[in-house]
Amino acid sequence: MTQSPVSDPESWPDLYGDYLYRYALLRTREPNEAEEIVQETFLAALQARGRFAGQSTERSWLVGIMKHKIADHFRRTMRERLSDSMDDPGMAEGADDAFDQGGHWRRDRGFPAAWPENPGETVEKQEFWDVMRRCLGELPQRTMQAFTLREVDDVSTEQICSMLKVTPNNLWVLLHRSRKHLRRCLERHLYGQGMA
Amino acid sequence: MRWLQCREVTELYSESMDRSLPVGQRLSLWAHFSICKWCTLYKRQLQFIRLALRQNPDRLMGQEPSAGLSPEARERLKQALRQHPKQ
Repeated sequence: MTQSPVSDPESWPDLYGDYLYRYALLRTREPNEAEEIVQETFLAALQARGRFAGQSTERSWLVGIMKHKIADHFRRTMRERLSDSMDDPGMAEGADDAFDQGGHWRRDRGFPAAWPENPGETVEKQEFWDVMRRCLGELPQRTMQAFTLREVDDVSTEQICSMLKVTPNNLWVLLHRSRKHLRRCLERHLYGQGMA
Repeated sequence: MRWLQCREVTELYSESMDRSLPVGQRLSLWAHFSICKWCTLYKRQLQFIRLALRQNPDRLMGQEPSAGLSPEARERLKQALRQHPKQ
């Protein structure tokens, strides 16, 4: 048998622990759960390392394993949280004043402004990401988890429904609210528009 | 096809980012976007946010040291790897 392209597993916590932990924390928002997921990932990788062909980097191989562990984790823990309310305080449609009675954008506030920068420049700026993290942090936990799985990780809605134990209709509501919140929050903090 | 309110457009467009809509709804959206500059901005900004996130996923992670792995947690992970049977 040829030598495995995998480095010594005992070096993994130093080489990849921090990255994987931040990755898991962004998706679960729970430090203890994130650490548990990193540990499960390392132990699964230990068992599977004979199959690592070295075609990707070691880190992306570990991230691939971790994505499954995160999905398993959601499926396991969401069952326990079934009694959680789907209601997100402050984010319900009733709290939304961007539209008038007729469903049109209100002229005095809330309507989208043209963002002054070129998108390529915007994403290069640290400030954009600081604001993005802050705005994302304002979302209720399950809404944030749904948004991250869909908009960052490109997970299908069917899979997200099964991971987060929500119906497709609930998920569409969560995603719509989170997109609307994020767009407006970015606009307000980056460009000082849409004050409401 | 029917004429949509801006509020409905924001809901329906968001849904269209997650699944393929029936042709009538797609036409209604298209008709609305062709004359409403605000909803068109809304749509472009949602597309921009998705693209920015999918192309730069790592920039969302907390950067500060306190958002990283603590020395104690790192030690616990090393211990778990040492104790676990290698094969």
